[in-house]
Amino acid sequence: MAEILIKNVAKSFGSFKALHSIDLEIADQEFMVLLGASGCGKTTLLRIVAGLETPTQGEVWIGGRRVDHLPPRERGIAMVFQNYAVFPHLTVFENIAFGLRMKKLPQADIDRRVTRTAELMHIEQLLKRYSGQLSGGQRQRVAVARALAMEPDVILMDEPLSNLDALLRLEMRAELKGVLAASKTTTIYVTHDQVEAMSLADRISVMNQGRIVQAATPVEVYRNPAARFVGSFIGNPPMNFIPAMKAGEGKWTVAGITIDGPRAGRDRLDFAIRPEDVDVAPGGLKATARVVEPLGAHTLVTTDIEGAMFRAVLDSDIRVSPGDELSLVPKPDRVRWFDPETTAAV
Amino acid sequence: MTPRFLPYALLLPATLFLLVFFLYPFVQIAVLAFSGPDGFTLQHVQTMTSHWKFGTALTNTIVLALIVVPIQLVMALSMATIVTKLRTGRSAILYIFTIPLGLSDLAAGIIWLAIFEQSGFLNSLLYGLGIIERPILFLGYQNIWVIFIAVVLAEVWRATAIVMVILVSGMGLIPKEYYEAAEVFGASPWKRFVKITLPMLRPSLQSALILRTLAAFEVFAVVIALGGTTLPVLMGETFQWQFALQDRNVASAYALVILAISVVSTLFFLRVLRVPKEARI
Ligand SMILES: Nc1ncnc2c1ncn2[C@@H]1O[C@H](COP(=O)(O)OP(=O)(O)OP(=O)(O)O)[C@@H](O)[C@H]1O
Ligand SMILES: [Mg+2]
Repeated sequence: MAEILIKNVAKSFGSFKALHSIDLEIADQEFMVLLGASGCGKTTLLRIVAGLETPTQGEVWIGGRRVDHLPPRERGIAMVFQNYAVFPHLTVFENIAFGLRMKKLPQADIDRRVTRTAELMHIEQLLKRYSGQLSGGQRQRVAVARALAMEPDVILMDEPLSNLDALLRLEMRAELKGVLAASKTTTIYVTHDQVEAMSLADRISVMNQGRIVQAATPVEVYRNPAARFVGSFIGNPPMNFIPAMKAGEGKWTVAGITIDGPRAGRDRLDFAIRPEDVDVAPGGLKATARVVEPLGAHTLVTTDIEGAMFRAVLDSDIRVSPGDELSLVPKPDRVRWFDPETTAAV
Repeated sequence: MTPRFLPYALLLPATLFLLVFFLYPFVQIAVLAFSGPDGFTLQHVQTMTSHWKFGTALTNTIVLALIVVPIQLVMALSMATIVTKLRTGRSAILYIFTIPLGLSDLAAGIIWLAIFEQSGFLNSLLYGLGIIERPILFLGYQNIWVIFIAVVLAEVWRATAIVMVILVSGMGLIPKEYYEAAEVFGASPWKRFVKITLPMLRPSLQSALILRTLAAFEVFAVVIALGGTTLPVLMGETFQWQFALQDRNVASAYALVILAISVVSTLFFLRVLRVPKEARI
């Protein structure tokens, strides 16, 4: 059992606050993805869990044990570093075997585990090479293999696939998911690639500027963003937002039409809808098409609604050219509302 | 000129300089050592080896190096490890450690002579504390091993810092991430030292050891200051034959012996601490 508990963890570098009071619970064997833009503190949080960075405040628990004062090697973790940290003076084999040798496993076990993980990561033909003779992607796979070979309770991965080409990444992604599920490890996986996050995660923690904005399942994060940031960060193209004025109890005026909404005690809200959640039908939002991009299955139409950009993903059967007027009807159950001041979902 | 040859062209002046001022005297010394009135002769070499001091001088020199260099290596490694871990005051400590480097070896020898002399600090201290009744002659020919120890102390005191400085800069080149990875994968501080620091420090260890061993084979002024000719060493004998006995041929033969053991030890370190090309950082 290796559930991870992060309680009120904060980290400052000098006067710069990299993390503000993080609370996060990760269940045993859960695959948790930390997702966020560059510099939002993902690596810092991961390093605190690993014990490579001391939190300024807060507690870290792994498997019911408080670990924030323990050195990394006593935390039962393995890690894939963002910059690989594959030892240059050791062969690939010895790199993967490093942690096993530290555990003083018998040579036969070491051979078996190294071979198995190397096969898993498709690097079995590289075992005799040195890190200097590998490509970035190969080095990254060595780093993953080194962590997997440990068969740890908890595995921490910092952008382990970022250097692979698209095809290999897709393949490794699927394999990694299978391998980690089979190995019953608890995983924290850092990425800034939302597709990767969606496809791998049991739950995603969306981070922004040193805070966790939302921690939920991929579908939940996508469908019900807890804050405007999540909606605009996740989804490609991102969510559309239109300022709304109160028009009565539970009625809101959005770009000239009236839509049912929450009975909030405010005069203004932000109306939000995903690009794929609109239909072309009479009586909707009046939009002027600006750019039309056929993508095969769908057509992405970038439009203009009262001077603001609004993207719609429409069926590719639709005939539309730039300058055309469209009437876009939002699917009522997919409409979301955000408070313009706190940016939180209403 | 094609770019391929440019580096060689740039190195040409330095190479010529070396050839003129190193190779030429070297050839001259070799000629002196092996030539007599009738051309080639091994007579000078025989004179050297049959002299009773030769064996002692050779043994003393090598044993001194074998004791001094490992002590310096261990001390320098520990000091460098501590210095690299310091967050503040690192350069101040480095300066303090390197003070003895500013002294010539003769001055270092004289300082340690002032300690071990019959009227020196050590005797005064022991006498003052009532441990001894009258000053002891430490550096006499009766107890050569005291001279030996004094020389070791003086050499360690004087020249450990140069090894440390080289190792500190070498350790600074090892990226922090390797230590972190080793730490995460279960390496204790000692294991990290053995598995990461030492192997990745090989280039610096190589330079430091070659530099120090060659200097140890040329030990001279410290020995003269502390023991006169009581403790013969190769360099001291070279000096004796050249200036006291006025025999340049035998002095040259001695110089060639020093050169030979230096070359052998250099080759040894180059080989043992070699980093394969593909395993470099
Ligand atoms: N040792 C440090 N000293 C000072 N500031 C630091 C240090 N490490 C990280 N930071 C700062 O903390 C913030 C978070 O850094 P972190 O490396 O955690 O980002 P990240 O989310 O992993 O970004 P990326 O996706 O680019 O890897 C950044 O603004 C960074 O500049
Ligand atoms: Mg990072």
